[in-house]
Amino acid sequence: MTTADALTYLSIPADADPEQLFPAREQMAFTLGFHIILVPFGVALTTLMLIAHHRGLRKGDTEALLLARRWSKVAAVLFAVGAVTGTVLSFELGILWPGLMKNYGSAFGFPFAVEGLFFFLEAIFVSLYIYGWDRMRPWAHFWCGVPVSLAGLGGTASVVAANAWMNQPAGITLEHGKVVAVRPAEVYFNGAFWLEFLHMFIAAYIVAGFVVAGVYAAGMLRGRRDRYHRVGFVTGFAVAAYALPVQILVGDTIARQVFGDEPAKFAAIELLPTTSSHVPETLGGVLADGEVRYGLKIPDLASLLAGFRPSTRIDGLEAVPAQVRPTDAEATVVHWAFDIMVGTSFLLLAVALWFTWLWWLRRDRLATSRWFLRCASACGVVAVLCLESGWVVTEVGRQPWIVVGHLLTRDAVATHGNLWPFFGTVLALYSAVGAAAVWVLRAMARRWRQQGDAAAPVPYGPEHEVREGPVS
Amino acid sequence: MANLVTVFLFLGVIAYGLLAGADFGAGFWDLLAGGARRGRAPRALIDASLAPVWEANHTWLIYCLVILWSGFPTAFAALTTTCYIPLGVAALGIVLRGAGFAFRKVSLRTPEQRLYGAAFAASSVLTPFCFGSVAGALASGRVPAGGGGNALTSWLNPSGVLGGVLAVLVCAHLAAVYLTVTARRRGDGDLFRYFCVRGLASGVLAGAVSAGGIFVLRADVPRLFHNLTHRSLPLVLLAALGGLAGLVLLRAEEVRGLREAAAAAVALVLGGWGVSQYPYLLGTHVSLQDAASPDATLGVLVGVACVAGVLILPSLILLFRVVGRPGVDGRPPRRRS
Repeated sequence: MTTADALTYLSIPADADPEQLFPAREQMAFTLGFHIILVPFGVALTTLMLIAHHRGLRKGDTEALLLARRWSKVAAVLFAVGAVTGTVLSFELGILWPGLMKNYGSAFGFPFAVEGLFFFLEAIFVSLYIYGWDRMRPWAHFWCGVPVSLAGLGGTASVVAANAWMNQPAGITLEHGKVVAVRPAEVYFNGAFWLEFLHMFIAAYIVAGFVVAGVYAAGMLRGRRDRYHRVGFVTGFAVAAYALPVQILVGDTIARQVFGDEPAKFAAIELLPTTSSHVPETLGGVLADGEVRYGLKIPDLASLLAGFRPSTRIDGLEAVPAQVRPTDAEATVVHWAFDIMVGTSFLLLAVALWFTWLWWLRRDRLATSRWFLRCASACGVVAVLCLESGWVVTEVGRQPWIVVGHLLTRDAVATHGNLWPFFGTVLALYSAVGAAAVWVLRAMARRWRQQGDAAAPVPYGPEHEVREGPVS
Repeated sequence: MANLVTVFLFLGVIAYGLLAGADFGAGFWDLLAGGARRGRAPRALIDASLAPVWEANHTWLIYCLVILWSGFPTAFAALTTTCYIPLGVAALGIVLRGAGFAFRKVSLRTPEQRLYGAAFAASSVLTPFCFGSVAGALASGRVPAGGGGNALTSWLNPSGVLGGVLAVLVCAHLAAVYLTVTARRRGDGDLFRYFCVRGLASGVLAGAVSAGGIFVLRADVPRLFHNLTHRSLPLVLLAALGGLAGLVLLRAEEVRGLREAAAAAVALVLGGWGVSQYPYLLGTHVSLQDAASPDATLGVLVGVACVAGVLILPSLILLFRVVGRPGVDGRPPRRRS
């Protein structure tokens, strides 16, 4: 079904937005934006932990082994927070977006069933791994961690399959607007699936790698330049630095796919009001009253990037039917998010190249170059910013649709009750949980530094049987 | 096909009830364990028995949700647009509970532990109450087929409150029974008696509320009452028998078969509800068949459930076994008695 077909039975005036639409969108954005920061740690920190673990076992490297053990404790806390905030999202799908679940649950919903399977495996093997220190033979214990990484891969694929389906719905037969047949393989492996999945999966490794490296870079800046800090830093940074060029290549390919398959999103990304060729690449700027103001224009670049020649025609926002055209504000947000994503990626790439240069030519400078360490310790935050803006591009870029061409976001939202108290409570609760998580992790690190591991209680670990309950 | 998916859904509900239910109940006893010094020993036992398994147990909820929304999407939307208050509270309760528990484990200072512990324990009581009341709303037919039922009276009514209170009590009983057995295994006589008494009290209370609940259902949901006393009577009687057997074993301070008896009683009650409700998903107005997704989706769900049976169950068993295993480097062996 094309957008034009859909419009024949969607003839709602633009001012008919239910009052629940705004709080629902903001709440979903906030909770998803919170959860997505935890995803890289469930998906990729566990792999970093296994890399360190493998090195520790293979080469008898005690520092690497200690890193693996401590990372597993950090992963335990973050995995718990990720598990519960992920559960809230499943409730929100029903509470905030009943129209989506009611009409398309039979197609949109089942990739989550597959994801549930992977999440189950992940939860079981994370517990086994964390609890298995000192309880299992070393290599058997190591292999208990491998399913965690694999389940992270499968889980990411499944969640992204559902999201990609909203961008490029496929595999359903409709009769009078009702889904009467589903072709599961087409739903799961829809047109946007492979690249979007790859993009998110690599992003998880980049974010986890840079955040981990950033922690040890900050430690080295404070004078802790021992081997433990260097191994921790290099393990994280190297993984992220290797992944980054691949990610930029994938991102570039996706942009061309969006150009071909999701023209409305591409027009918003390029902040292009009118269809034309020789489209300049606009950096920054705002769209107001259908015109681009401010911003830096690089002639022909957008056309060149989209079709490899300056004469490439790009559809502007005017090509989108007026009723389903993103607002000026939405297009500006998408455009800025895209610019921030690309800009931060190249910033990170520059630091990664710096790292490579130091690694090959002046390895002794790696731990002593203060400016490099300062930049490296900022990379974690920059990578999170990059991840968030990429997510804004795909989600806001789809508006006003929740399922492109099939269902408008305003038709999917709950129409009963006042959602503000729910949103308010969520805001307060998540702020508290986020602050407490940071606080708890910092306290753990401080304790490790001051008292070593033996004195520190282990979350989910066997030592805990010795020291339990409140200490007064 | 819809029936098969329902069976798998109900197996998930029972697993969630037996495993996560006990985790919720442990939070109930954590809440009542008293001050930091007095409650130290029971809280330590609760911590040690929950920590390795609660996330895996929690995952059964995700399993039930995804099967419900993919397999019966219209009924799912009807439920969420009607019971959004208890469902929203339950979701927030789950966040508080998980975060509180995870943070308490890694905190050393008593005031912090108190704060996180209170968040964990209080939400462990609130969440099962909400789930129980949603079950009551569903069973008593107060969720309209198109959704958007009354946001308050749909679950704040005799059946909903009965469901909520019963859920809290049953969770508490299950937890007390499991913790009694764990305390005995560790050879801790004080904690054994501590949880034995609480198991008895909560068991008697849960039994009394269940018996009284029959009359509530008779007045409030005649069809369910009729089916419980006819079609599902064998299950109901067996459940009562299991519950009684558990109480007798607790009274005799005998742990062999204790967990099995209590778990069987709870599973049979849930099963009895399912059988009485069949073939309807919502009250008596939406049947499973009406609400079911196209066959291909149901097929995927059956496939997922089968793969779960092949992959998840052995992994879970491995986890439960390793948790009870002593360390490889000569840590104290598990005590049996």
